[in-house]
Amino acid sequence: MKIIVCIKQVPGTTQVDIDEETGVLKRDGVESKINPYDLYALETALRLKASCPEAQVVAITMGPPQAEQSLREALMMGVDDVVLVSDRRFAGADVLATALTLSQAILAYGWDTGLILCGQQTTDGDTAQVGPEIAEFLGIPHASNVTAIQEFSAAGLTAKVDLPATEETIRIPLPCLVSVNKGIHTPRLPSYTLKKASRDRKVRTITLAELPDSDPAHYGLNGSPTQVIRIFPPEHNVAHERWEGASETLAARLYENLREEKFLV
Amino acid sequence: MAEIIVHQEKIPDPSVVSALCPFGAIDVLDGKVLINAGCKMCRLCIKNGPAGAFELVKEQRAAVDKDKWQGIAVYLDQTDGEIHPVSLELLGKARELAGKVDQPVIALLAGAALAKAVREILHYGVDKLYLYEHPNLDHFRIEPYAAVFEDFIKRCQPAVVLVGGTAIGRSLAPRVAARFRTGLTADCTFLDIQKNTDLDQIRPAFGGNIMAHIRTPHHRPQFATVRYKIFSAPERLDAPRGEIIRVDMDDALLTSKIETLSASRKEPVKNIEDADVLVVAGQGIQRNENMALLEELAENLGGMLGGTRPVIEAGWLEPRRQIGLSGRTVKPKLLIACGVSGSVQFAAGMSGSDRIIAINIDPEAPIFKVAHTAIVGDVCEILPSLLQKIRAGEFVQ
Ligand SMILES: Cc1cc2nc3c(=O)[nH]c(=O)nc-3n(C[C@H](O)[C@H](O)[C@H](O)COP(=O)(O)OP(=O)(O)OC[C@H]3O[C@@H](n4cnc5c(N)ncnc54)[C@H](O)[C@@H]3O)c2cc1C
Ligand SMILES: Nc1ncnc2c1ncn2[C@@H]1O[C@H](COP(=O)(O)O)[C@@H](O)[C@H]1O
Repeated sequence: MKIIVCIKQVPGTTQVDIDEETGVLKRDGVESKINPYDLYALETALRLKASCPEAQVVAITMGPPQAEQSLREALMMGVDDVVLVSDRRFAGADVLATALTLSQAILAYGWDTGLILCGQQTTDGDTAQVGPEIAEFLGIPHASNVTAIQEFSAAGLTAKVDLPATEETIRIPLPCLVSVNKGIHTPRLPSYTLKKASRDRKVRTITLAELPDSDPAHYGLNGSPTQVIRIFPPEHNVAHERWEGASETLAARLYENLREEKFLV
Repeated sequence: MAEIIVHQEKIPDPSVVSALCPFGAIDVLDGKVLINAGCKMCRLCIKNGPAGAFELVKEQRAAVDKDKWQGIAVYLDQTDGEIHPVSLELLGKARELAGKVDQPVIALLAGAALAKAVREILHYGVDKLYLYEHPNLDHFRIEPYAAVFEDFIKRCQPAVVLVGGTAIGRSLAPRVAARFRTGLTADCTFLDIQKNTDLDQIRPAFGGNIMAHIRTPHHRPQFATVRYKIFSAPERLDAPRGEIIRVDMDDALLTSKIETLSASRKEPVKNIEDADVLVVAGQGIQRNENMALLEELAENLGGMLGGTRPVIEAGWLEPRRQIGLSGRTVKPKLLIACGVSGSVQFAAGMSGSDRIIAINIDPEAPIFKVAHTAIVGDVCEILPSLLQKIRAGEFVQ
């Protein structure tokens, strides 16, 4: 049985700035890392494997060739196999096209009715939607906001779910998809031994041609119902007043103001 | 298929074009310019590159008949018959959008014991309320809820579907959007509608420093999720209105492989979204000990404490007090930001507040762009002095 973990490579820096004059996106450094939320999914998979020895953990990512680096990091954490899903015709994919690509790649890889784990969300896309859409494409049940997995076997799992007003414990049979919350387990650090051991390992790449549905119209920008019309820096034009001066004066002015406005009564 | 084509002959110097792409998707191999799978189709290379060098070639799509999709639909999020307030905010927005295209507001309510919820909802201006009431819908389980949602969409063919960005909405909306092979835009901060019912959706993108304006021009329905406190709740109408359509369900619709073993109500805690006044700590407050100053100020203002991400990460406040893109959205009557730089990710979660006062030592701090009152000064001096005055005036609400 395979536990597939979907991981995404995201920019390592928080600064994605737009140059207001030229409209060009600026990125200081193209340094990348595994989406921090996905580390929790990886850790969960590795722990489940420990309790279910017949399970094999596979990390899968869709992205440009450079995304191979994130798979190498997953190998260093101890996953058994990795798959890179990459083709320039996947470029420009929105949530729907990304989820279709990943679900198709999972089928192409040969997924024997196990578990799929996702992070709760990514730090760049930040939609938390890719997981549920993958489950829909594969026709399997899913649970999001999972805070703990209590029992796991080839038959299914018991999970704690954090819902808006309740905390629930549910039982889901395999195959299914689970998005785990941040903090479910502390992710382990990459191991040096595994790094050495996996250094020469070749990473398998799945391209469009290998997918069961290989119609290019379903992928990338073509397969994306949502279209970005334009991007722009956030604009805030509030009328504002500016107070400067000695701290004591500023404090006095703030005090008076909070009283006038009846915040202090 | 749509792709960006490179006209090599129009590129005088291939070595400089890589820099055009913020995503590193332009490679130069043996003097030839290639686009790799990192391309996000942002089209900046077309805009800023050598004239005519990059071209977007689009595929023709079969057009959807937009006239067949009418109405603005809202999914009403409920637990034990209690409607989540974000759903009311969405009803207000739906009414506004519906007015612009002269179409009805349609609502979907699914659950087990809904009589009270139904009565209440009719005070918020829906035209049609589709009611899916069944004991099997007592707990949220993805398959029956998605099936009911699918049934609803097939019955009313709405142009737009709005879903609250709660744990339930964020699980359900993508599932149903994928079922209809249509687009879903998460966490919109602004919504408007074109005459042809194309929904204008704006959300922070690419990590949040940039806003993206998104449309779903060739698909219906158009799904969008919106977080709590982005829009304002409409006034409660005195007289109930709206037609209730009770839908009979086939048992097959309600089957689920998931079994709910137990469900416990969460402690009703007061969340920062519900506070009228928020005192917000940023890294500029320097030390954990200074949290006591903010705490005392919040207490005197009858408010609560919130924080920026670094403050939460430092452990000075619990995670559910984080404001921003990866935290919560707040809209209090007063927000005092203390030592907060005002990153876009932070501002995305608070710029709708009625009154924003920011104290920051740096006159150029971005927070001053969103603040109504910009106080340039040292928070570690101003707060103690302010508290002294409050103490002398003997406030504590
Ligand atoms: C995808 C993504 C999501 C994110 N989500 C969030 C989010 O939800 N919420 C969030 O907050 N952040 C979020 N961030 C992080 C965000 O980019 C900023 O790093 C963060 O908001 C900065 O917090 P800060 O203002 O407390 O700290 P800093 O940026 O370090 O600012 C501290 C400020 O304090 C001022 N200061 C210093 N000393 C004093 C003094 N004595 N008196 C007065 N002022 C002083 C400084 O001038 C400075 O402006 C996110 C980032 C990414 C990439
Ligand atoms: N390109 C991708 N490759 C692999 N997994 C992904 C990709 N994008 C999203 N995911 C998975 O889906 C989760 C939610 O992502 P998002 O919907 O972008 O917030 C992530 O935590 C990953 O587990």
